[in-house]
Amino acid sequence: MTRVGIIGLGHGVFGRRSDATVQELAFEAFRAAMEDAGIERDAVDASVIGSVPEYHKQRSLAGVVQEYLGLVPKPTWLTEVACASGSAAMRTAWMAIKAGVHDVVAVIGCQKMTELSTPEILALMGRVGEVQWESGFGTTFPGYYAMFAKRHMHEFGTTRDHLLDVAVKNHHYGAMNPLALFRKEITAEKAKASEDVATPFQVYDCCANADGAACVILASEDRAREISSKPVWLSGMGCASATMSVLRRPNLVGLPSAEQAAAQAYAMAGIGPADVKVADVHDCFTIAEIMAYEDLGFCERGEGGPFVAEKQSYIGGKVAVNVDGGLKAKGHPIGATGVSMTYEIAKQLRGEAGERQVPDADVGLTHNVGGIGQYCFVQVLTRD
Amino acid sequence: MFKWFGKVNYTPYTKVADFARHLRDGRLMGSRCKRCGATSFPPRADCDACMHGEFEFFEVSGKGTLHTFTKIVAAPTGFEDVTPYTIGVVDLDGGGKALAWFGDSIPEQDISIGMEVQVVPRIFEELEEIKVYYSLEQPGTTWSKAEQPW
Repeated sequence: MTRVGIIGLGHGVFGRRSDATVQELAFEAFRAAMEDAGIERDAVDASVIGSVPEYHKQRSLAGVVQEYLGLVPKPTWLTEVACASGSAAMRTAWMAIKAGVHDVVAVIGCQKMTELSTPEILALMGRVGEVQWESGFGTTFPGYYAMFAKRHMHEFGTTRDHLLDVAVKNHHYGAMNPLALFRKEITAEKAKASEDVATPFQVYDCCANADGAACVILASEDRAREISSKPVWLSGMGCASATMSVLRRPNLVGLPSAEQAAAQAYAMAGIGPADVKVADVHDCFTIAEIMAYEDLGFCERGEGGPFVAEKQSYIGGKVAVNVDGGLKAKGHPIGATGVSMTYEIAKQLRGEAGERQVPDADVGLTHNVGGIGQYCFVQVLTRD
Repeated sequence: MFKWFGKVNYTPYTKVADFARHLRDGRLMGSRCKRCGATSFPPRADCDACMHGEFEFFEVSGKGTLHTFTKIVAAPTGFEDVTPYTIGVVDLDGGGKALAWFGDSIPEQDISIGMEVQVVPRIFEELEEIKVYYSLEQPGTTWSKAEQPW
């Protein structure tokens, strides 16, 4: 079977995009990716759209995006697995190319989260968990991750400062990323003065909703070599699920889906965690990045707090993590996030990340989580 | 009558609907597979172990150990009037986990991971309609007509 290469990269600015519809956001990213690949639309065989439908007034989003991109009548479909929808789009495009069905596929992650009113958002927020046994007690997204944080602190001695070290790091790098929502450094003192959300979390432990889009063009190995002088390869692709209900999890200090997806991706790529130079991980809340270090094997279980405190996840440490600002500072337009992660890591492997460039970045990784770990996708990217 | 269960109920129809009727009568019920005997809390109609479709309810003590908790300050629709509230996850002695609010027998400052608690059936006394739930209480607390935690 063919390898699958990344031949085009495009990314819009994340933030409150009151200037654009979701298909207009998608177009920005798609046009940039097509220019980057140096191809015209007739070279694209199909598109896959990663997005979470309940945030948009437009139902069945793939149709309106496909029309606006000018890709009709080529095949298109939507993938949805909550905050991992973008990586699900990547995976189905990769599968289509591996299977020999399509040669060139455009993957577009796009989301407009500011179309809904605050009451509509609050109503949606009440149904993020398992609705039969959990939502009736007023569970929330930050509330679930806060309970992971409390347990992690109890079992391993992870501290409030460890959590905020993640926020400080990601804002530090977000300040250097022109595509990021928040482009300001923060201090732990400022974070500790922010409002409570769900103990131990305050506002600066949480990523922000955003509007945005990212696009990655994938091609079979032959077409990738014809089109691109610098293809980046999808060398390891892992994907796993975990129970919807946190009540049926083996523990609340990690995400079993992430451990399994990582093991699959490492095995397929023939590498281990120590080989990864740069990674984008799903830091929807500060504890999520600490658990990601551990689930991905960057450090031992329970060592994630000291790992960030010792700056092992900064550029110059063991593995540079979220040096685009992560979800925390870059913003989290949920359907776009997974594709944005692949964009960032491919840019790093091409040596095009500017002042945030990780030296000798030859192996990179993305880790995109849906919900509270119900879904996880891990990609290992390599270059020639 | 599963619509009785929860302050907000998103699933009025389920094969384990009688759970709420038992809860109204002060009994906390798990499910047991009629073929292989596997048990579950929360209850489920279809056996996770052997896929058999017939089950029976059995009463659980509700006693267990606090696994984790959080005080929620930013609340979703339907919970504005009780905000802030503290929820916890309990490892039940007989297996399974439950998620619920802390009741009035456990002051907020006394909550700590690893403490022994009991999941106790409760009813919203102030409402005309029947609304039931369960709360995390000191072990030995029985279903009471006590004031609500908020």
